[in-house]
Amino acid sequence: MTVLDVLRTGPLTLVEDLGRPGLAHVGVGRSGAADRRAHALANRLVANPADRATLEITLGGFSARVRGGAVVIAVTGADAHPAVDGIAFGLNSVRHLVPGQILSLGSPQTGLRSYLAVRGGVDAAPVLGSRSYDTMSRIGPAPLRSGDAVRIGRAGNGFPELEQAPVAPITGDPVTLTVLPGPRDDWFADPDALVRTEWVASDLCDRVGVRLAGAPLRHRWPGRQLPSEGAARGAIQVPPSGQPVIFGPDHPVTGGYPVIGVVADSDLDTLAQLRPGQQVRLRWNQSRIAAHSPVGW
Amino acid sequence: MTTSILDYGDRALLIECGSTGEVLALAQILRDIALPGVVDIVPGAQTVLVSLSGPRHRKPVRSLLADIPVPAPSVSGGAEDADVVIDVVYDGADLAEVAELLEMAVVDVVAAHTGTPWQVGFAGFAPGFAYLVGGDPRLAIPRRAEPRPRVPAGSVALAGGFSGIYPRESPGGWQIIGHTDAVLWDLGRPRPALLTPGMWVRFRRAGSS
Repeated sequence: MTVLDVLRTGPLTLVEDLGRPGLAHVGVGRSGAADRRAHALANRLVANPADRATLEITLGGFSARVRGGAVVIAVTGADAHPAVDGIAFGLNSVRHLVPGQILSLGSPQTGLRSYLAVRGGVDAAPVLGSRSYDTMSRIGPAPLRSGDAVRIGRAGNGFPELEQAPVAPITGDPVTLTVLPGPRDDWFADPDALVRTEWVASDLCDRVGVRLAGAPLRHRWPGRQLPSEGAARGAIQVPPSGQPVIFGPDHPVTGGYPVIGVVADSDLDTLAQLRPGQQVRLRWNQSRIAAHSPVGW
Repeated sequence: MTTSILDYGDRALLIECGSTGEVLALAQILRDIALPGVVDIVPGAQTVLVSLSGPRHRKPVRSLLADIPVPAPSVSGGAEDADVVIDVVYDGADLAEVAELLEMAVVDVVAAHTGTPWQVGFAGFAPGFAYLVGGDPRLAIPRRAEPRPRVPAGSVALAGGFSGIYPRESPGGWQIIGHTDAVLWDLGRPRPALLTPGMWVRFRRAGSS
């Protein structure tokens, strides 16, 4: 049996796959890799089927020793300077390791989450059909600890075709996210303030959500309560403080604060690499009016 | 009835309904017809959120939804044929205060809680937590001003017109009126959640308060 013996985990290392959709009505959200693009690329580089689990390593600091058999790996996402036995190798590339060799990640200067795929996938026990750990529900394979043995699954039939994938680097520059009007944008005195404000990602920046700091958004009817409604990843919920929270993969399944906008699906992976202190600008993708076209039954 | 479909980003639609009954009836219909591209159907208090597997499904699903006839809300089968009966020991830390706030005797609070069936409206807060709706309207009471850092699993509580049962120990601000041994969430069961939207629930007094 091939395993990775975990020596260090860094601040947070989780097993993640594509999540467990379809259970929100019993209180379990989808969860899954925060940066789906980086997770998928890591799997593709080592010729894994798309449903295999990777390790999501937040702010680097992970290391592990290979035991029991050779492994083929790739590291994507935030550049945490991956190395084998201390010798650096490139992000987004395929590496072969033999038993006894040590893979280590340093600290990324930019970006938040790195993904380690191993050919065969991380073989943790699935819970409700997924190997993702949901930090909100606390469901799925437990966060890794040093001393854990991470089992590697059986490889599929495919073989790696690319040695290296060309990927634009993740920078610390201000990030612009495209936002679609939310279902409750009429609950705000001036919804366009969302796209005019210079936001900064706050320290509250985890898999549940990212709170933005900036000039508070003003509710049109302060004190008015919104009956709880279903929530989605990317939704920008505004609590009474006026400081918006953008929901991540482990968001609550229902919420009671109005949603002023929703980040476009194609920008959710960029959002997942946002670091506290980084500047954020939001822009509408279309007019607010066009999206609000009630359909009669 | 004025029901409308709102865009919720590019991979979800939010359907507004007139009542929780309509929400539950619509959610059931959507589950039964299983529209292509729909990955999750999430009832809320007055809405149903339909999550899609990708932005390309938004327009087709939106037009299919517009053609679905208005569902009639399901009606209570009455206390006799509740789907689940929950035995409760009414000894909660907030029971006396709840009775005082509601200007009712403690025995009347218990009688009101057990006297009419509740329906599971929607989920949230934690796996297996159900917002129970439609109980005795006299039991509408706000949350506690100060949430408790630790509420034991099995605590039976009231807040905002809802009743609920804590599936696991967690922080919580609801008014606790009792406790139950019922297991609300168990990953070892084929269906981990004891209560799912649409079910009828009756509370039954067990032991002394």
